[in-house]
Amino acid sequence: MTARSIRGAAAAILAGAFALTAAACTNPGSPAGASGGPKDSAVVGIAYEPETLSPLLGYGKDGNSKIFDGLLAFDADMTLKPALAAKLPDVSADGLTYTYTLRDGVTFSDGAPFTSKDVVFTYRTILDPKTNNASRTELDAVKKVEAIGDDTVVFTLKYPYAPFAERTVHAIAPEHVAAKQDVNTGAFTTKPIGTGPYVLSGWSKGEKLSFKANPTYWDGAPAVKKFTMAIVKDDDVRATRLRAGDLDGAILPPNLAAGFKGDKGRKTYEAKTYDYRTVTLPTHHKVTGDPAVRRALDVAVDRQAMVDKILEGAGKPAYGPVPTDSPWFAKGTERRHDLAGAQKILDEAGWKPGPDGIRVKNGVRAAFPLWYLSGDKLRQDHALAYASDAKKAGIDITTQAGTWEVIEPRMKTDAVLAGGGSPGDPDFDQYLLLTSSLGGDGFNNMAWYDNKTVDRALEDGRRTNDTAERRAAYDTVQRELVKNPGYTFLTHIDHLYVVNDSWNGLSTQIEPHDHGLASGPWWDVEGWKPKKSGATQK
Amino acid sequence: MNRRLPWGAMARMTGRRALAAVPVLLAVTFAVFAVAAASPFDPVKAYAGTAGLTASQENLDQLRANLGADLPLLTRWWEWLTAAVTGDLGDSSVMRAPVVDVITERLGWSVLLAVTAFLIAIALGTLLGVLAGRRRGGLLDRAVSSAAYTLEAAPAFWLGLLAIWFFALKLGVLPAGGLTDTASDTVTADQVARHLVLPALVLGISQLPWFFLYVRQGVGDALDEDPVRGARARGLSGRTVLTGHALRSGMLPMLTLVGSRVPELITGALLVETVFSWPGIAAATVTAATSVDFPLLAALTVLATAAVLLGNLLSDLLYGLADPRVGFDG
Repeated sequence: MTARSIRGAAAAILAGAFALTAAACTNPGSPAGASGGPKDSAVVGIAYEPETLSPLLGYGKDGNSKIFDGLLAFDADMTLKPALAAKLPDVSADGLTYTYTLRDGVTFSDGAPFTSKDVVFTYRTILDPKTNNASRTELDAVKKVEAIGDDTVVFTLKYPYAPFAERTVHAIAPEHVAAKQDVNTGAFTTKPIGTGPYVLSGWSKGEKLSFKANPTYWDGAPAVKKFTMAIVKDDDVRATRLRAGDLDGAILPPNLAAGFKGDKGRKTYEAKTYDYRTVTLPTHHKVTGDPAVRRALDVAVDRQAMVDKILEGAGKPAYGPVPTDSPWFAKGTERRHDLAGAQKILDEAGWKPGPDGIRVKNGVRAAFPLWYLSGDKLRQDHALAYASDAKKAGIDITTQAGTWEVIEPRMKTDAVLAGGGSPGDPDFDQYLLLTSSLGGDGFNNMAWYDNKTVDRALEDGRRTNDTAERRAAYDTVQRELVKNPGYTFLTHIDHLYVVNDSWNGLSTQIEPHDHGLASGPWWDVEGWKPKKSGATQK
Repeated sequence: MNRRLPWGAMARMTGRRALAAVPVLLAVTFAVFAVAAASPFDPVKAYAGTAGLTASQENLDQLRANLGADLPLLTRWWEWLTAAVTGDLGDSSVMRAPVVDVITERLGWSVLLAVTAFLIAIALGTLLGVLAGRRRGGLLDRAVSSAAYTLEAAPAFWLGLLAIWFFALKLGVLPAGGLTDTASDTVTADQVARHLVLPALVLGISQLPWFFLYVRQGVGDALDEDPVRGARARGLSGRTVLTGHALRSGMLPMLTLVGSRVPELITGALLVETVFSWPGIAAATVTAATSVDFPLLAALTVLATAAVLLGNLLSDLLYGLADPRVGFDG
C-alpha cells in the first residue's frame, strides 16, 4: 500500500463522514416538537419499563392493562365492575366458591373468541410452580379453577377470602397462543395478544411501547387511536422532553412538576394513592420492641412537616397503611404531633435521659439504626426527618443507606424506611404487614409484628363478606396500632402527572406504591375524548 | 515497500490472534460469572422486582430453583459454556426472552451509533489536528486545544443533557431522544438519521479530543523533523510537504489509537444511549449486570471483549501496512 492509497482512503473516510453529518444536519425534517400530532394520538413519558407483557408472569395483575382485560375491573374510586365477566361473581354462602358468567361475543385481537378455557388456562398457569411468577402468592387462596361450558368459570378457595373478587381483575391470556410456547421466555412475553382496548403495535425495548386502538373492542373503540409510552428513566430528561413538546404527558417528581404550574397549555394531575412510607420497628430489638418507645415515636414524629417540606404538599400524613381519606380508615385514630406527650410516655416507662440527652433504661441506651434504600432521595429525606424528630424526644437514631441486599439480613433487628401500598382492599396491605405468622417471610411483616388481637381481626376481616363485620375488624386493627404500633407510618404520597390540555375526560385512579404502566391519567386512556375547540398547541 | 499487500503475513497474524482469543474469552466469561456470583446482587430479587416485596418466601425459593440461581458457580459457568458452544446462548431472565433475540434486536442500533460517532471523531479529530499542528501556537490551535482539554474532562452524559437542552429545547431543531419520532411506529431511514445526529455527535465529540491531540502532536513533530525541513528547503510547496511528508508519519500513532479507543467507545455509548433513550445494547448491559442475569451478561461480555480484540487486531494490521518496519507479530 502506498502513501497515496492511504491518503486516498483517509480522504474517502473524511468525505463520507462529512457527507453523513451534513446530510443529517440539513435534514431536520419536521420540528422535534410535533406536539400531539393529530388529536387522536397521545404520547406519554413513563419512568419504568415492564419486564414482560405476559399476564402469566404477573403483568396486569392489578387490572388496567391496556392490552388485556380481567374478569372484573376497577373504577376510578376502586369499586369493582364487570369486564370480561358479564356481571359481578356469585359468591357461595360459605365464601368458598366464586362463579363467574362470561361476557358474550368478546374476541382476542387476533380474532379468536374468548372463552372460559382462557380463564382457566391463565389461572392454572400462574399457579404452576414452573411458571416464574413472583406474584403467585396473591392467588394463594385458590384451590382450583374449572370451566363449566364455554361461558362459566368457578373458583374454589382453600379458605374464605373476602377480597378474592378484587384479585380477579387479573389480565387474561389467550390459551390458543400462550399454551404453545415456553411460558417464561416465549414470544408471548413481548408480543402479547389480548382482549383489551389497545393492541401492542411495537415495543422497542428501552425506548417505547406503542399501542393502537382495538377497533373491535367489546366496550367500544377508543377515541385516542394511537397511544405511545416513551420510557425515559431520568426525571430531568422526561421534564425536558415534555417541555420540548415531544411528550404529551409525563409522571414527574414534585419539584419538576412545579415548573409547569404557570403553563396554560398543560394541567397537573395529583393522583391520590395508597403509597405509604413507614419505619419498621422490629419486635426483636431491645429498644424498638418496647411498646412505650413505639408509642412515643408515633407521637413525636411531625408528619405534617414531612408532607409540607419533603413532599411539597403533595401527600398527606399516614397513621397506618390505610390512607385517611379511604372509607376503610378508622376515624379518630389520627395522632397529633405531641413532643411533650412522647417525653411523658418515655418518662413513665422508665426511659430516663442520660448525660448526653439520650434516654437510658436498665443500662440500655435508646438508640437504634434506621436503614433506607440508597439512591432513593424521598426515603432518605423521610429517614433524616424521622431521626431528627426522635432526637428531640431523647431517642438516638443512626440513619444508614444500603441496597436491599445489605438491608434484608438485618431486618429482624434493625429499623427500615419501607414503602408499599396496594389499593383495592384493606386486606392486601394489612394482612401481609401485620400477621405474626408472616414475620420474616420474605419482605412480609418486616417488623415481626406480633399481636394476637390484630391476628384475629385480620383473619375475621378476610373470612367474611359482610361489610359491617369487615369494617369492625379493620377498625380493631387500626385501634390496636395506636396502642402498640409496630411501624411508624409517616406519609401517603401523591403521584404527580403533567399532561397537555388537549383532551376531556381525564381522571386519576387511586394508585398503588408500584408505578405500573396503568398509573396516571392514562389509566383509562380509552375513555379520553379529544377537545373540540382548543386545537393542540403546536 | 512493495505494491502488493502481504496477505500471507496478515492472515498468519489474524490466525494467531484468533487462537490467543480463545483462552482470553474463556477467562473473561469465567471472571464475569465469578464476579457476578460474588456481587451482593440477588438474581431472584432482580427478577421479581417490586412483586418480590410482597412475595412469600416459598414463592421466592421456587423462583430461585426455576432460574437455577441456587447452583454453584462452576456448574453454572460450565452449563452456560457447553450450551454456548453449541449455539444455545440461553434465556435472559431479566428480559424474559432468549439471549439471541435480545442481542439481535439491539446490537445493530448500537453498532450504527458507535460507527457513526467513531467516524465523526476520526474525521473531525484529524482535520482539526492537522490544521492545529501545522501552526502550533496559532489562534486555531490555542482555541481547539483548550476546547479539547475541556471536552476530555466533560462526561458524555453531561454533554448529552447539554445537547438536548440546546438543540431540542432551545432551538427545537432536533429530536431529544429515541430511535424514531415518539409518536411513530414505523422505523424509517430519514427518521433514524435525524434521531442519530445528537447521540452520534455527542458520542463522537466526547471521543474527539484523543484523536485531535494525537494528530496535532504527530503532525507538529513531523513538521519539525529534518526530512521535512529538507523538503521545504528544496522549495516544495507547503501543501506538498504537509500531505506528502508530515501527514504520513504524523498519522501513524493514530492507527494504534483507533483500536485502543474501542473500549472507551463502548462505555461512552452506554451513557449516551441511556440519556437519549437509544434502544441499543448498552442499556441492556447495565440491566444485565445489576440483575445478575448470567446468560445475557456473559454473552454481552464476550461481544465486548471480541470487539476490543478485533479493534486491536485492526489497528495492528493497519500499522503493519503503513510502516513495514513494524511487520506482523514477528
